[in-house]
Amino acid sequence: MAALLQITGVEVGFDGSLALAGVELAIDEGEIRFLIGPNGAGKTTLIDVVTGLTRPSNGSVRFDNRELVGRREHEIVALGVGRTFQTPSVFEQLSVVENLDLAANHRAGIRALMRRRRGVAPAVAEALEAIQLSDRADAQAGVLSHGQKQWLEIGMLLVQSPRLLLLDEPVAGMSAEERTATGELIERIAERCTVVIVEHDMEFLRRFARRVSVMHEGKVISEGSVERVRADPLVQEVYLGRSRDRRGHDPALDQQASTAEPPETTEVPAR
Amino acid sequence: MTGGGAAEQRRHPRLRQGAVVAATLAVVVVLPLVVSQFRLALLSKYLVFAVVAIGLNLAWGYGGMLSLGHGVFFGLGAYCTGMYLKLAEAGSGLPDFMSWSGVSSLPAIWAPFRHAWFALPAAVLVPMGVAALLGASVFRRRVRGAYFALLTQALAAAFAILLVGQQGLTGGTNGLTNFSTVFGLEPGNPRTTQILFFAAAAAAAVAFLVVRQIVQSRFGRLLVAVRDGEDRVRFLGYDATRVKVVAFALSAGLAGLAGALFVPIVGIISPADVGVVPSIEMVVWVAIGGRATLAGPVIGALLVSYANTALSEWYPDGWLYLQGALFVVAVVWAPRGLAGLADRFRHLAWRPGSRRRAEVAVGAASP
Ligand SMILES: Nc1ncnc2c1ncn2[C@@H]1O[C@H](COP(=O)(O)OP(=O)(O)OP(=O)(O)O)[C@@H](O)[C@H]1O
Ligand SMILES: [Mg+2]
Repeated sequence: MAALLQITGVEVGFDGSLALAGVELAIDEGEIRFLIGPNGAGKTTLIDVVTGLTRPSNGSVRFDNRELVGRREHEIVALGVGRTFQTPSVFEQLSVVENLDLAANHRAGIRALMRRRRGVAPAVAEALEAIQLSDRADAQAGVLSHGQKQWLEIGMLLVQSPRLLLLDEPVAGMSAEERTATGELIERIAERCTVVIVEHDMEFLRRFARRVSVMHEGKVISEGSVERVRADPLVQEVYLGRSRDRRGHDPALDQQASTAEPPETTEVPAR
Repeated sequence: MTGGGAAEQRRHPRLRQGAVVAATLAVVVVLPLVVSQFRLALLSKYLVFAVVAIGLNLAWGYGGMLSLGHGVFFGLGAYCTGMYLKLAEAGSGLPDFMSWSGVSSLPAIWAPFRHAWFALPAAVLVPMGVAALLGASVFRRRVRGAYFALLTQALAAAFAILLVGQQGLTGGTNGLTNFSTVFGLEPGNPRTTQILFFAAAAAAAVAFLVVRQIVQSRFGRLLVAVRDGEDRVRFLGYDATRVKVVAFALSAGLAGLAGALFVPIVGIISPADVGVVPSIEMVVWVAIGGRATLAGPVIGALLVSYANTALSEWYPDGWLYLQGALFVVAVVWAPRGLAGLADRFRHLAWRPGSRRRAEVAVGAASP
């Protein structure tokens, strides 16, 4: 059986250096695949290539046996490929429900577009529920918290019922609870479509990942279960070394440390 | 009492809308009876400018396409109508200016404009077509922002130069003028002035309602989305280029409609009415009135044009500076122009409890 998404020999050059140097990647229908790799590995660039934002100098991207390279962004969306961005990019001047409504109507004809929105479509209401924004439906998207914006963005993809979802760091900048809730939301979404997630966060990875692909310097260097990838010496060399480095500066961990300290100091005099 | 009335009105938006419509109709009906013919003609001209501003606001205010060349679309509409009027007056002969510039037979491009059924739709469709072609080629290449503004500005300059250069075809610097008949009416007759005033008022009303419908529709929301995140819209599955082209063409069509009315009302169309300076003035109307508001462009066009007439009689150069200053003030301190200021004022003055909320907000901001 052919993979749903088949990437072969994709190369992208920026100012002489190769951001993608012959990427090979195959994603099967129904999979939830994690894509990891150090900063600048080319993860975002790869998503850009699949979704038509960046045109590769070489290689092919086949989705459901159709070539995506050379198609325009909205045509690729129409084929059933949705994406989010590393920084949330909802329409801040529109309300939450208007954001979802626009997403839901991307296949509508000009007549439906020229009419006013009346009420909330069932699919939109369902998405509002799923992203826990039902009570903020009429709020301007601009006033939402960072996490809520990320969720709204996922909701906008939900209402489009795509076949393949590409999520670029969907839990970046979220609190621990938000991360867990987002992971659960993504798992629910993954029951209905294939998902590729770019994520740095190790906790998140351990908890939700099944299959992982590791990128480094524009190539996929390892692939397999979390355990297998972690045991791969090549990965340890390029990724985990850096990951330990990142931990030292991880603000979330620093914060945990500082909130853990006060009880100790208050306990000392009590003892 | 006023506060109670206002609260009542807010609770019944239909009622309030009805009141606004009734008041507007009353003003339109009564004005021709109470103001002089001269002033009525001026008012008609301001209303024509309001049509331009309403259309430009669709492109710039809601769509983020700052056009510094809307004079071109206005001019295309105006010249289409002017050609018809010149031919109607010439009968089987040549328009007067052609004979003076040594043209011996009617240029082919003029021939179809003998018919009103061709010339009047063309006044709207030609600018729409030009805008659509320009938009399709330019937006597709993701030319936007300042680059788009400069490009349209250059277009306005080129258009004016072309009109001046083609003396035999366009009447050159003098443009098209001295019409002896206006759609079978006698120019200068008070009755003619009244009819043209009603036509201008009707055009402004239609333009307002059409743009309001568009803005409130899904397409309008989509247009705002394109303005704020064009690339994001593409990944929602929409052809952002097409959205922009449609809005830009509609905007140009309204400018063309305004041009078509301008000619009979003012009695002349010349390169001076369509070049760089008029194009910038159109943007000023929208900026001062309030972009991305429905009423703003109407208010802006009427007030600024009135101020222009009133002040430039005393002090022509001063007006130009004042207009520039107002523009800068509006863009920097009141991005939603007079309409935005009026909104804010109304909220402060009339909303029960809003005072308190405002104080809380100020209190929260000060420390
Ligand atoms: N528009 C661009 N112009 C020039 N270089 C770019 C551009 N976009 C990305 N690059 C370069 O391409 C390489 C891959 O970048 P990319 O953003 O795909 O990495 P990433 O794996 O997503 O990293 P991160 O984890 O930081 O998001 C980097 O070296 C980056 O500097
Ligand atoms: Mg990235």
